[in-house]
Amino acid sequence: MSAAVLAEAGPVAASGVFSLLWLVVALPLFGAAILLLAGRRSDRWGHWLGTAMPVASFVIVSAMLFAMLGRDSSSRSINQTVYTWIPVGGFRVDMGLLLDPLSVSFALLITGVGSLIHIYSIGYMSHDPARRRFFGYLNLFVASMLLLVLANSYLTLYMGWEGVGLASYLLIGFWNFRPAFASAANKAFVMNRVGDVGLSIAIMIMFATFGTVSIAAVSAAAPQASHGVLTAMGLLLLLAACGKSAQVPLQAWLGDAMAGPTPVSALIHAATMVTAGVYLIARSNAIFDLSAGAQLAVAIVGAVTLLFGAIVGAAKDDIKKSLAGSTMSQIGYMILAVGLGPIGYAFGIAHLLTHGFFKADLFLGAGSVMHGMNDEVDMRRYGGLRKLMPVTFVTFIFGYLAIIGVPPFAGYFTKDKIIEAAFDKGGVQGWTFGFIALLGAGITAFYMTRMVIMTFFGEKRWAPDTHPHESPTVMTAPMAVLAFMSLVSGALLMLGGRFVTFLEPVFGPEPVVAHPISPVVLTVITLAVVALGVGLAYQQYATRPVPEVAPVDVSPLTVAARRDLYGDVVNETLVMHPGQYLTRFLVFFDNRVVDGAVNGLAALIGGISARSRRIQTGFVRSYALSMFAGAAIVVVAVVLVRI
Amino acid sequence: MSPTYYLVVSALLFTLGGTGVLVRRNAIVVFMSVELMLNASNLAFVTFARMNGNLDGQVMAFFVMVVAAAEVVIGLAIIVSIFRTRRSASIDDASLLKY
Repeated sequence: MSAAVLAEAGPVAASGVFSLLWLVVALPLFGAAILLLAGRRSDRWGHWLGTAMPVASFVIVSAMLFAMLGRDSSSRSINQTVYTWIPVGGFRVDMGLLLDPLSVSFALLITGVGSLIHIYSIGYMSHDPARRRFFGYLNLFVASMLLLVLANSYLTLYMGWEGVGLASYLLIGFWNFRPAFASAANKAFVMNRVGDVGLSIAIMIMFATFGTVSIAAVSAAAPQASHGVLTAMGLLLLLAACGKSAQVPLQAWLGDAMAGPTPVSALIHAATMVTAGVYLIARSNAIFDLSAGAQLAVAIVGAVTLLFGAIVGAAKDDIKKSLAGSTMSQIGYMILAVGLGPIGYAFGIAHLLTHGFFKADLFLGAGSVMHGMNDEVDMRRYGGLRKLMPVTFVTFIFGYLAIIGVPPFAGYFTKDKIIEAAFDKGGVQGWTFGFIALLGAGITAFYMTRMVIMTFFGEKRWAPDTHPHESPTVMTAPMAVLAFMSLVSGALLMLGGRFVTFLEPVFGPEPVVAHPISPVVLTVITLAVVALGVGLAYQQYATRPVPEVAPVDVSPLTVAARRDLYGDVVNETLVMHPGQYLTRFLVFFDNRVVDGAVNGLAALIGGISARSRRIQTGFVRSYALSMFAGAAIVVVAVVLVRI
Repeated sequence: MSPTYYLVVSALLFTLGGTGVLVRRNAIVVFMSVELMLNASNLAFVTFARMNGNLDGQVMAFFVMVVAAAEVVIGLAIIVSIFRTRRSASIDDASLLKY
């Protein structure tokens, strides 16, 4: 469907305000280059430059959004070729950018939330001697992420994909003088590589099958490919999405990635980079729509991760790790939505946008709490902070209401739509996915309520020597903006199906489906499940005191969830230990067999030489004798032959 | 007189020379034995030239004499040089060029 739409309309060349498209990517890249190359000279003003760049990009993208809204929906895809990147014979890849309703949504989220988080970081990192370098990395990230979503070919997208991976690695390990943080960065990088291999092979298959890597051309040509090729491409793209978006089975890195500074967790590991997987699948919708198997695999991965993340989030005492579990779970919702096919794409992207706002808000709130609590992350050592941090408290509550889906906050509009779409899928699949999504909503309500109660309510359980205080305005202002967006963005996007219509040029018109459960009834059921989750958390954490040390006599599920549902154990057993054995065997093989053969041959020849050189005695007479003997043999031979 | 006698003398001289090369230690004597072998072959060449009635063998004998003269010049120089440094003309002593 969407392929046909793209082929019909085709992207139009950039003109007017759209000719500035390249600047959107170039500005943050320029900022990163200045900040990372200028050195200490830029320490004084570096953070201001670093903040100005994403803000400038945001202004340009906003202008483009309005210009785009003024256009007819068939000419809203804008293509800009910046330069020819790879001209090799018949193969040509242009460094080209594609601005359409999908990528403009992403670009706005990245530059908008990115700008706010840059502003917040000015305050959060004010005591860090390497603040300029931090802003350099953040700008590098924003540039790479924008390149990823604005790319018009999979190869350019791949460049951005690797760029965000690099920025993520640099920022997780920003405080790499702590060995645990440095290894968290390595873990994230290595697990991401596993996914990246999927993407690179998928691109190779595209080139081998279609002879092009342009997104529009691949989408248009997809119906001609065989079913097996499409499924292989779909599954490889899913593998890439799993790596980048921390979906089961490549989920284990996200919890450790919280080692990075909190603004990084908010921007990269909650709002933008980890949603790149959702973007990739939504962008490749032409491939997934033609392969039911790959699409089902996407939905299953989403559904499993949705529960997985929620359960982990419910057991963690570290506020950031709990939020990381929540991020995993919410991205699970998005992946589930885009795995449902045309009925879910727009809702998945809508949830991605609202999640970007409220999760960034929650993370910045958590960062603000940590800022006031001497970087304490254990929620069991918080308690009663609402009086001392009123702004943080109020903004956090906005994010809280948005994520659990209380109307009229953002999450209500987008998450309920996903649950509805899951049921609308119909059949056994529909009921299973719908039930899982519903259950996930209940667990979400439970862990978020737990977090709010443990942090802001109850009695003080602070470590001695802690003097909680509200954060400076430079930090609270971005939180306030995000809290406001958490309130209004859902209604803004979803009321009247505005966003779904906006995305129609990319995903095709929304299919009309029969609702197995009427949407009103489903909303009531969802709200009841959410209320149940809130009630359970209230009963467990508000009506009795929270122990300062985590109790050990807990259910096996809690024990498992505290250890990330044994994600690391599985990785170590299935991958790490066999890998180590393989390495040891290969080292042994190399030392003994390969080196043995080479050294043995050398020793053999050396031995023979050592013995045979004894012939050279140095006695002239023995040489003469051998000459005579030789001559005699020759003479005898000649005589014998003659006869 | 039959040319065969010349050939017999030539063979005797060659054998004498060869034995001298193999059994004597004094470098000068070995050298003289080599000369003996060369002259034995000269004698054989000249005899064969006589027997065949052409001059090829005689020309060859001249060549051998020239080569022998050249060899004597270089060989004696080496022997003298070795004798000066080692105070010995025994070829068994000069056996350092080995494994």
